[in-house]
Amino acid sequence: MSKVKDVLYSPVFENNPIALQILGICSALAVTSSLSVTVVMCISVIAVTAFSNLFVSTVRNFIPGSIRIIVQMVIIASLVIVVDQLLKAYAYEISKQLSVFVGLIITNCIVMGRAEAFAMKNPPLPSFIDGIGNGLGYSVVLLSVAFVRELFGSGKLFGYEILPLATEGGWYIPNGLLLLPPSAFFLIGFFIWALRSAKRNQVETEEFKIAPNAPAKEVM
Amino acid sequence: MSSHETVGKTIKVALALCVVCSLVVSTAAVMLKPAQLANKELDRQRNILAAAGLLQVDVSVDEQFKQITTKLVDLRTGKFTDEVDVTAYDQAAAADDKNLSVDLGDADIAKVGRRENLSLVYLVEKDGQIDKVILPIRGAGLWSTLYGFLALEGDANTVAGLGFYQHGETPGLGGEVDNPRWKSQWQGKQVYKSGEAALGLIKGTVNPKGADAAYQVDGLAGATLTSVGVTNLVKFWLGENGFQAFLNNLRVGEA
Repeated sequence: MSKVKDVLYSPVFENNPIALQILGICSALAVTSSLSVTVVMCISVIAVTAFSNLFVSTVRNFIPGSIRIIVQMVIIASLVIVVDQLLKAYAYEISKQLSVFVGLIITNCIVMGRAEAFAMKNPPLPSFIDGIGNGLGYSVVLLSVAFVRELFGSGKLFGYEILPLATEGGWYIPNGLLLLPPSAFFLIGFFIWALRSAKRNQVETEEFKIAPNAPAKEVM
Repeated sequence: MSSHETVGKTIKVALALCVVCSLVVSTAAVMLKPAQLANKELDRQRNILAAAGLLQVDVSVDEQFKQITTKLVDLRTGKFTDEVDVTAYDQAAAADDKNLSVDLGDADIAKVGRRENLSLVYLVEKDGQIDKVILPIRGAGLWSTLYGFLALEGDANTVAGLGFYQHGETPGLGGEVDNPRWKSQWQGKQVYKSGEAALGLIKGTVNPKGADAAYQVDGLAGATLTSVGVTNLVKFWLGENGFQAFLNNLRVGEA
């Protein structure tokens, strides 16, 4: 049982796909300007990673090595289309805001990465849980980024006003930068910094050292 | 494992996978179609209400849409027509049908392709008088065709609102056609200046003291082609090939 727990929780902080593996940054920039959209995106990604892991793992012994990436891609793409259709049917407003980014889950490196790295070598159940865990790891980062961006960018959380805006008679002047995608870069940067300060073992060892500048006479 | 690496096996696995996946995807698409269409229809109604500035958050869209009468207008004569049933009329299909539309050639400034002969219009009536008339408009921007609604007041000359419900312009530049602050500028603008549709976007910001300020809306910064496209489509649909004849008739009560 402890192994299941480990598979589920380790991607959240120990081995976070965004913070440690730096995967799946693209959608983290695009969909984090409001929390409600982010929550739907997170649920979609968790569902896709979990089920793609499950299905890939179920058929892993039948997949010929030469077409294994294509097989994974087809499974992932089918799941993403189903998720997209479901959103269009039951969460139309949010699916309009997510627009192409639901489709882009296909290219989210986390999904493909976990299918190739974990599901191809492990039985279905642990793979499914690994998918949920990695989806959760992705969600933790996305939700914290979205929290900061929506709160300080538009003074709201889930669309409810927290900081009354100056333009609407309040006192808070929103930081417009936070509504633009590049702000997510800064926030993810801070998140990684905080995480690696707390868990020193995540700091990567330097691959090379920059040599000191040689004094002029030595070069001569 | 080696038994899986033969060509026959590879093709078999690929085929089986394709069949299973296409079954799953098509089942989902077919099963969810009705719900999706209902959402689309609701979204269209919501956009019509929003363009007219009538949308209330706490009342259901269905309920609010009851105040709106949908009618068909023959764009050639500018008069209401009931040759086709309003509820069954598919305007997008009509625009593609050679018998139900017309190729305008050079007059097609909004690049709509073919213009349908009959168009839906949405009327809000108050005390027997037409209070607002909402016109479907569309036209090419930079990347995409913009689809939207333009609402006019009962005088068929003052703008009540404008909104696009579908487009693929660049977010942050041309996509600013969705910006509520930009859209709110349209309210109260005038359309016709000595019989010509004069309303459009200008480069930069409108000088409120300028002689033509009532016919001008701020251009979208960094989106010249989208701005030109929006100007063209507004001029087209309010011009002689669009709703001008209908609006003229409406003004004198002869539509």
